[in-house]
Amino acid sequence: MADSTVISVKGLNVYYEDFQAVKDVDMEIKRESVTALIGPSGCGKSTYLRCLNRMNDLIMGASIQGEVLFENRNIYDSNVDATEIRSRIGMVFQKPNPFPKSIYQNIAFGLKVNGFSGDMEEAVEKSLKQAALWDEVKDRLNDSAFTLSGGQQQRLCIARALAVEPEVILMDEPASALDPIATLAIEDLVRELKTDYTIVIVTHNMQQAARVSDETAFFMVGEDRSGYLVEQDDTQKIFTNPTHQRTEEYITGRFS
Amino acid sequence: MNKDKFITGNINPNRRFRKIIGGCVYILFLLSTCVGIIGLGLLIFDVLKEGIPWINWQFLTDFPSRDPKEAGLLSALFGTIWLMFLTALFTVPIGVGAAIYLEEYAPKNLLTRVIEINVSNLAGVPSIVYGLLGMGIFVYRFGSDEMFLDRVLIAGALTLSLLVLPIVILASRESIRAVPDSYRQGAYAMGADKWQVIKGAVLPSAFSGILTGTILAMSRAIGEAAPVIAITALVYITYIPAHPFERFTVLPIQIFNWVARPQDDFRSLAAAGIIVLLVILLTMNAIAVFLRNKYQTRSEE
Ligand SMILES: Nc1ncnc2c1ncn2[C@@H]1O[C@H](COP(=O)(O)OP(=O)(O)OP(=O)(O)O)[C@@H](O)[C@H]1O
Ligand SMILES: [Mg+2]
Repeated sequence: MADSTVISVKGLNVYYEDFQAVKDVDMEIKRESVTALIGPSGCGKSTYLRCLNRMNDLIMGASIQGEVLFENRNIYDSNVDATEIRSRIGMVFQKPNPFPKSIYQNIAFGLKVNGFSGDMEEAVEKSLKQAALWDEVKDRLNDSAFTLSGGQQQRLCIARALAVEPEVILMDEPASALDPIATLAIEDLVRELKTDYTIVIVTHNMQQAARVSDETAFFMVGEDRSGYLVEQDDTQKIFTNPTHQRTEEYITGRFS
Repeated sequence: MNKDKFITGNINPNRRFRKIIGGCVYILFLLSTCVGIIGLGLLIFDVLKEGIPWINWQFLTDFPSRDPKEAGLLSALFGTIWLMFLTALFTVPIGVGAAIYLEEYAPKNLLTRVIEINVSNLAGVPSIVYGLLGMGIFVYRFGSDEMFLDRVLIAGALTLSLLVLPIVILASRESIRAVPDSYRQGAYAMGADKWQVIKGAVLPSAFSGILTGTILAMSRAIGEAAPVIAITALVYITYIPAHPFERFTVLPIQIFNWVARPQDDFRSLAAAGIIVLLVILLTMNAIAVFLRNKYQTRSEE
């Protein structure tokens, strides 16, 4: 494994009960870069993403085979604590899901959970600044998070994920519930964050993948409804000169 | 009959007849509603007419007496407050704990199903059954003649706890189930463990539902006479219980006691007692409704 690899996936199969949702995926995710996952609906992108920080543990009936090596350790080893993995590999969901608490408490929650001791206010401010939300909320930190707009809520969720200082952030269509302006704000943010974080982002928006990512992985769904990885390469290459014809067809919109 | 036609016969909308039926149904349902409202209205009117003249400061601050003019319900009032406090003390932790276990921890298997069904069934068991059960296991030592706790507050509270626990468990489970999964996932995604997720994300948003359920369960508990009669054996109490191991009486029992007397004045006292009990119950229900509305609008934004 090269030094630049943070997560290395080997022979990953994911099942819901008997149904195989993801088949035989191998992938290397590079440090401090943005990897985009694209592919048609139902091809297992979300399923795959959830495997990278063991969120699939929470879904009844889900099971996996294969290895997900995070800094050379298989996160599915029996002696690995899933909560430790999740505090180092954070996640942002498709729909903004702030807690029904104040803006401040939303950020403080993750810090408290991980036993943070230090200047809480400073940590909250830092996280909100990183998520480019600070200026909009600095005067109303004690308001309910639900009083924020959808785009602000999503940036709050990103700030919340950043607060625990993860190394990797998984984003599952983080902008799909947002308008174009808010989407651009999230995209700018993703590009900025990659200087410090590794980001894996699922998106249905080809332009978005092209705009924000360094690498792109294209998933497809097979005859048996199982998803598989078609190819992974530099975003530049995937969008201009993909190896597989399927990839080109998908990107140019000849099928969806 | 003309077989070629798809529809045989004429269409007769009969709108006038339908209109009459519609009107009749409307009146029928309105009357059904009125039975309840009129019944309650008459009851309250009758009780108020009879009891209002007897409600005064002395009635609220005196102990029961053989003379209706000097009788009050202080001991019963404090007995009720004590009982409510102790019952809440037992039911809230146990009920909420059981609800959390069933919703968040328990594997979804046959055993949990059986437990769930049992809890629901227990909510429908007649209260006198709980009274006798409580007498058998708390007052006497498991059915022997030997006293265990005696006919004291704590025995009454434990008995009523058995009675309302299923209600608290059911209400708490409902509100825990209503917490969106996205809150749980959000918390897990930050590295929270199971208990931190429950404490930080699930309970805060289930809190108001649990609170309302508990208040309603408590108002059920303090309105009950039968099980408490089984526990207290209708003793005559002229003091305020100072600790949970003293004998006690409660409002429904005091009312029952007065109703049973031959003198008319005691009947009026009973009516006055009912007013006090109703005021307490309606206040608790109002608080429950208020809390529900207050938190609902906030979390639906
Ligand atoms: N909890 C679950 N239980 C059973 N099957 C599931 C579950 N979640 C997803 N699936 C199935 O797994 C497959 C992959 O679903 P997944 O949500 O990962 O797709 P996706 O690529 O994220 O799709 P989309 O782009 O629409 O979000 C689908 O066939 C779906 O029906
Ligand atoms: Mg998805």
